[in-house]
Amino acid sequence: MTARTVDAALAREFGLSNEEYERVLAIMGRTPSLTELGIFSVMWSEHCSYKSSRVWLKTLPTTAPWVIHGPGENAGVVDIGRGLAAIFKMESHNHPSFIEPYQGAATGVGGILRDVFTMGARPVANLNALRFGSPENPVTRRIVDGVVRGIGGYGNCVGVPTVGGEINFHPSFDGNPLVNAMTVGIARTDRIFLSAAAGIGNPVVYVGSRTGRDGIHGATMASAEFGADAEAKRPTVQVGDPFVEKLLIEACLELMATDAIVAIQDMGAAGLTSSSVEMAGKGGVGIELDLDHVPQRERGMTAYEMMLSESQERMLIVIRPDREDVARAIFDKWELDFAVIGHITETGHIVVKHRGVVEADIPLDPLAEQAPLYRRPLGDRVVPEPLGRVHDPIGTEAALLRLIGSPDIASRAWVWNQYDSTVGGRTVRRPGAADAAVVVVSEDDAGFDSTLALALTTDCTPRYVQACARTGGAQAVAEAYRNLCAVGATPLAVTDNLNFGNPERPEIMRQFADAIEGMGVACRALDFPVVSGNVSLYNETKNPDGTTTAILPTPAIGGLGVLEDANRAVGLSLAPGLSLVLIGETAGALGQSLWLREVLGQEEGAPPPLDLAAERRHGAFVRDQIAAGRIAASHDLADGGLLVAIAEMAMAGRTGVALDTPPSGLPPYGWWFGEDQARYLLGTAEPDALLAAAASAGVPARIIGHADGSDGLTLPEGVTISLARLRAAHDRFFPALMDA
Amino acid sequence: MRAGIVVFPGTNRERDMAIALHRVTGIRPMMLWHRDTKLPKLDLVVLPGGFSHGDYLRCGAMAAHSPVMSAVRAHAATGGAVLGVCNGFQILTEAQLLPGALLRNAGLRFLSQDWHLRVERADTIFTSAWRQGDIFRVPLAHGDGNYIADADTLDRIEDEGQVAFRYCDAEGRVSPETSPNGSARSIAGVFDRSRRILGLMPHPEDLVDPLMGGTDGLPLFKSLLESLVS
Repeated sequence: MTARTVDAALAREFGLSNEEYERVLAIMGRTPSLTELGIFSVMWSEHCSYKSSRVWLKTLPTTAPWVIHGPGENAGVVDIGRGLAAIFKMESHNHPSFIEPYQGAATGVGGILRDVFTMGARPVANLNALRFGSPENPVTRRIVDGVVRGIGGYGNCVGVPTVGGEINFHPSFDGNPLVNAMTVGIARTDRIFLSAAAGIGNPVVYVGSRTGRDGIHGATMASAEFGADAEAKRPTVQVGDPFVEKLLIEACLELMATDAIVAIQDMGAAGLTSSSVEMAGKGGVGIELDLDHVPQRERGMTAYEMMLSESQERMLIVIRPDREDVARAIFDKWELDFAVIGHITETGHIVVKHRGVVEADIPLDPLAEQAPLYRRPLGDRVVPEPLGRVHDPIGTEAALLRLIGSPDIASRAWVWNQYDSTVGGRTVRRPGAADAAVVVVSEDDAGFDSTLALALTTDCTPRYVQACARTGGAQAVAEAYRNLCAVGATPLAVTDNLNFGNPERPEIMRQFADAIEGMGVACRALDFPVVSGNVSLYNETKNPDGTTTAILPTPAIGGLGVLEDANRAVGLSLAPGLSLVLIGETAGALGQSLWLREVLGQEEGAPPPLDLAAERRHGAFVRDQIAAGRIAASHDLADGGLLVAIAEMAMAGRTGVALDTPPSGLPPYGWWFGEDQARYLLGTAEPDALLAAAASAGVPARIIGHADGSDGLTLPEGVTISLARLRAAHDRFFPALMDA
Repeated sequence: MRAGIVVFPGTNRERDMAIALHRVTGIRPMMLWHRDTKLPKLDLVVLPGGFSHGDYLRCGAMAAHSPVMSAVRAHAATGGAVLGVCNGFQILTEAQLLPGALLRNAGLRFLSQDWHLRVERADTIFTSAWRQGDIFRVPLAHGDGNYIADADTLDRIEDEGQVAFRYCDAEGRVSPETSPNGSARSIAGVFDRSRRILGLMPHPEDLVDPLMGGTDGLPLFKSLLESLVS
């Protein structure tokens, strides 16, 4: 970059408002250098500063007796017992994934892995939450292909199994897909590494890949909406190398087994800038970097470029000076660059030198404390009109076949079959086999033989959030809770990935505030705190006529629970002879249901109401019954309602089901396809005992059918829908979209 | 049975393999490093799955030239058993310890799903716990598992009984359609001439525990344990 004059116009190009630039001038007492302006602009970007979201994020519950580290560290840490911790977080890579789907998704996985192993955990599972545009949009296919290849390409190579996730399609994601990646790791509670730098004079070490010119200003790009120039932003997308990441994981974990590390942080968004600023800032110290020592991939890089580069697979470590040789030997063994690029100072400033010139000298306190914080105007709260009378134009059989093959419910096997889900030897329940993925804590992780397991899920129903953000935000949390209970796990905590439109629009800010309020209410009611998360705003596409299209608001929730005995984990596969027991009340809630959308073409009404006390009671009941060994199959009721759940359980177990007559007072489509919450479908060989237990626990329960070993679902009116037809309808969507 | 597992930069299924070996033998296998030039006294050397050297150049090509491979050759030359799974199979073909080569899957996508294999012979150190014709389930996890060799080589390895496993359907039928990745003659695994070296693409080590969904992969390790007791 040729030397540009630093002024308000350049600051605007870097994403700083005039007011923010004035604040930079006040802090510096002079015109900043180009490098300094770059540092301010990325640290004050929405991506790094959470300037629009912070006031709302602070309202979320983040503590519980089992929470070791909540938001503020690289990832959340919860105690899972026996001296072990689960470390996890979800993060978005939405904008890059539209511009360059393969690399966008791949580096999304790489980034979230680093957030987890930087804290001392071996990553044991990846999940994701994906939203794509309409299947009819010709661009969608290319994006799905690239994103799936990217997630697989990275995760498979680093050897971390991809065990779960969710996928939705909706036209609002046509120009702005969502790629949210989650990593879960396991560490010893006494070996958790933090990022606060300490020790004046301690060396600052750079390890991993060399720095190139890729990804410069990626964090700033992630903080603006897309226009027609999206393609021109391709150079801001980073390029991943999962092989180097694998070496970095092994080298860092080997180093972490020594006592060499004082503090460690990955270089993620805003690379060297954010890692050095945050490490020194958190430690209340200063940091001096000499960029001459930064391993470089390209010639002639300027200080500005090196500080802003988002080259992947890099870490910054403050080490004990007497352990430099030990550390260097480990990185030599793994053939990774290792360079001392600076040291910790007592100045409270970040000082960046390059070729003998001080290119930046910024006081850290004001950089953090005077970062912009906005309480942006809120639009009016949206109160959805209740759904009016509906009619059923096609009947139960046709509706089931349509729903089971619809984009949001169809089999995801085409996708999962491209993700290595077994590497590591820990996977107990693979994708699609249960409501939550289950991974066992291996002897490698624990140091002792163990059947302790983690249950993991990602959930959100964006159409509910669009209709009523409070209910939708709460529902995302409740569904994650339910999916964990359904396998028998005790829910512990969540990570969130809040994907919304432009916060400067009051109606979007209202969605955001309301969704957080709903999430907070649910997290409190369910003892399910938020321990980490990520916010992605400006998920909008500029239309040619000057208007913008925002995505459906998507507060994706990543839930984590524990199972004391992995052998007790319950999947959704039915076996002949089991009775099907429905837990929970069914009122036939069809507002915003998939039945309404797929059969009547309407996205209308209010989302199903939530009763969080019932969620908690029913969840505890299901867990207890699983622990008592009474449950052979289990599935929560979600998209598509009861009959879709029955069909999924029947297909998984290759057994037909004879269904009983629904209760009177409900239309059949309300009973079969309503999306009432707090419901589970359990397969049991002891229905009487289960019903008796439910009665004494005050939990609504009802036998609704029996797995009869036949080859179809037999409706109460006598119609049989063969499993073969269901399977054909279920399996068609992805291959037809992708392989045609 | 003393077993060692070679770790190359980018190897990622060494733990899975260690779990399987430990489960059957009760002994933790040694981890060997790609730069090692000498091996301790071992009955079995395993080259596990992964992406050695990132699979850059060709899968297994760089690993085949690692210092440790001279030691592995020496081990094999004295009758030591060698097992290569997935990337390990690719390395063994690149090292020309096994015939043929492995190309990109015919569908050009990574394959991660369970498949069935048919045991082609049960009189080897790797397969003695099965019966010939047995069918077992096994996870696949590869992008480059399309086995090829020229027609003469294929005929020769068939004649000499070097085909260990073939991809098949649940009933054991073998046809081009039952090969998930386009492999010639549905070959999933091959022996060298001595049948003391085996390479296969699928992962029996990931199916050795009911907790993981089955124990179909156990006979491979039980066979080795029975044959290589020392």
